[in-house]
Amino acid sequence: MIHADSEFLQRDRSIHPPAFTPDYKTSVLRSPRRAMISLQSSLSEVTGPAFGHSELGPLDNDLILNYAREGEPIGERIFVHGHVRDENGRGIPHTLVEFWQANAGGRYRHRNDRYLAPIDPNFGGCGRTITDENGFYYFRTIKPGPYPWRNNLNSWRPAHIHFSVFGSGFAQRLITQMYFEGDPLIWRDPMVQGIPDRSAAERLIAPLDLGAAVPLDMLAYKFDIVLRGRQQTLFENKLQGN
Amino acid sequence: MVQPLPVRLQETPSQTAGPYVHIGLIPLQAGFDIFETNFTNVLTGPDTAGERIRIEGRVFDGAGALVRDVLIEIWQANSAGRYNHPADRQESKPLDAGFRGWGRTGSDFETGVWSFETVKPGPIVGRKGHRPMAPHINLWIAARGINIGLQTRLYFADEASANADDPVLNLVERGQQRDSLLARREERDGKTVYVFDIYLQGPNETVFFDV
Repeated sequence: MIHADSEFLQRDRSIHPPAFTPDYKTSVLRSPRRAMISLQSSLSEVTGPAFGHSELGPLDNDLILNYAREGEPIGERIFVHGHVRDENGRGIPHTLVEFWQANAGGRYRHRNDRYLAPIDPNFGGCGRTITDENGFYYFRTIKPGPYPWRNNLNSWRPAHIHFSVFGSGFAQRLITQMYFEGDPLIWRDPMVQGIPDRSAAERLIAPLDLGAAVPLDMLAYKFDIVLRGRQQTLFENKLQGN
Repeated sequence: MVQPLPVRLQETPSQTAGPYVHIGLIPLQAGFDIFETNFTNVLTGPDTAGERIRIEGRVFDGAGALVRDVLIEIWQANSAGRYNHPADRQESKPLDAGFRGWGRTGSDFETGVWSFETVKPGPIVGRKGHRPMAPHINLWIAARGINIGLQTRLYFADEASANADDPVLNLVERGQQRDSLLARREERDGKTVYVFDIYLQGPNETVFFDV
């Protein structure tokens, strides 16, 4: 049995990039060096915030329209969808999924982005949604472009969309990036290369999903997300005292 | 009877939030207004019960430089020590319907200071067989250069006796490491502020938890 307050499974850190990945230079001074202290789950980890549909606007999951001013944004229209599950294979219902990205030219609408590609006046580059009762989500957007960044002199990020996901307990909190099938920049990227396990990194690459494409309108990509799972017990859960 | 093997998927790998995390999660700080409702650093409403406090701090890198592009989220119990979540079954403690207990903010691009307006949480029941947990706030930190979100806890330096019994603090070596989890209390213009600086690396490195 898995309960709402069942403890989380130990996180398998071998499938995550370690804190210190020197080929990604910014990690050098921002990586803790001491061993983390492992905690058994308490109420502080198995609980987490919940969000309601009333907090979202009707266009929050439509990046083609949610910042359109005088017209629609430039670029390749795409549909992104997927299933949010936990490691136990259970869909995670009603959880907040947020996403942000560059525009088709590889430029972010951000005061700190100085790349010479232009801002698209009709594209904000962020959105959010809540998974349905079975853990599925979807949104519409413009396919982001690759862009140069200051790591090595000639470093280019593969096209990507950033994702932020909550789950039902704060220990499941995750930020990641989705890449696009077939992008030749993926395996040259130090953030992707920071993942020690190649098969794990491959799970960040969303395959083209022709079956979900909208004919004469937009292509689709499928990006499934797995959050941490919980321990299964045969007996009554014993997390809380009293 | 043969039991089916439990499904076991692997967690999706983490990737850094990058320098433009503000766009997606706190777009007002990125410099534009897109959502009708924005998630903020104010956890309290007019009716929230408990002692109003501000918590604030800065984040430093391994060279002692201010980190000015951090995203910080907090998750906490209400002033009675109960989480707004169905797994919290401390029925004897009241729920505060208007208090979610979660907030997010970014460090200021100039000063590096981040802050939250909240209430001081109460003590929380510990794991079965363990003592109660002292009042604390759970922090989650993401930024450019941080490959996987960092988890830590803010405890209150003026809760010495509760802290002395806290089952998590007692896992941490006394001295600098334990002190790195204690926020110090200040009074400013009649308001209570708890200051909690975070050191990502170096001799003062903050204790982070693998939860």
